[in-house]
Amino acid sequence: MRLEYFQLIDRITALNLAEKTINTEAIVPAESTIFEGHFPGYPLMPGVLLIESMAQTAGWLVVALNKFERMPFLAALKEVKLRTFVQPGARLSLSGRLLHDGSGFAVTEAQGTVEGKTVCEAEITFRVTPFPNSEFRRFMTEFADRVAFPKEAVANG
Amino acid sequence: MSSTFDTVANIIAETCDIERDKIKPESHAIDDLGIDSLDFLDIAFAIDKAFGIKLPLEQWTQEVNDGKATTEQYFVLKNLCERIDSLVAAKGAA
Repeated sequence: MRLEYFQLIDRITALNLAEKTINTEAIVPAESTIFEGHFPGYPLMPGVLLIESMAQTAGWLVVALNKFERMPFLAALKEVKLRTFVQPGARLSLSGRLLHDGSGFAVTEAQGTVEGKTVCEAEITFRVTPFPNSEFRRFMTEFADRVAFPKEAVANG
Repeated sequence: MSSTFDTVANIIAETCDIERDKIKPESHAIDDLGIDSLDFLDIAFAIDKAFGIKLPLEQWTQEVNDGKATTEQYFVLKNLCERIDSLVAAKGAA
């Protein structure tokens, strides 16, 4: 997890295009300036960043299902639950599943666990559009390597 | 069409918290009911699920933006319901 680059997941651990599911993991940094403010003397992973972790997990699934031709943008959240505090150093396991592939949008659900216990969950809707420019698409393609995106799964899917 | 309209009207009422009685076949989803594009994603999701179809929203939007169609053709509810019926029929014929 590289909070300073808004990279909320470390790697994709499983991607199943047939089942339309994805699994990722991320280690919450032991130290970050974020924890100086959230909160002094009681550092906690901010809930909005847990939501972003789920959105990035589900987002990579949508990118994969669209074979890097289209980009998901966060549009709506429902049924968001932040069940437990997540502390620095925690290992987050995240999963996502496509609920619906609409015309120009996708509805997904995602959840995060720490040591097998659910810490967060949400239904996440994305607007899905062609990449606005080639630079953005190239960035995402390169970014995919940093999160161990299994490109062979898309090539063979 | 009437049952299609009832289903769509109920979806809109529930999704957008609009009184069911205010939703008429002649209602324009945007101009009369004030439904914005984000709310319409929820409605489209519910319609897609209810009818087992995929509303071609991107195509419709493109046609409106290109001046090839009017929003009335797609977003007046009786017209929307006719298009839903056509999509359901096309799916059944496939």
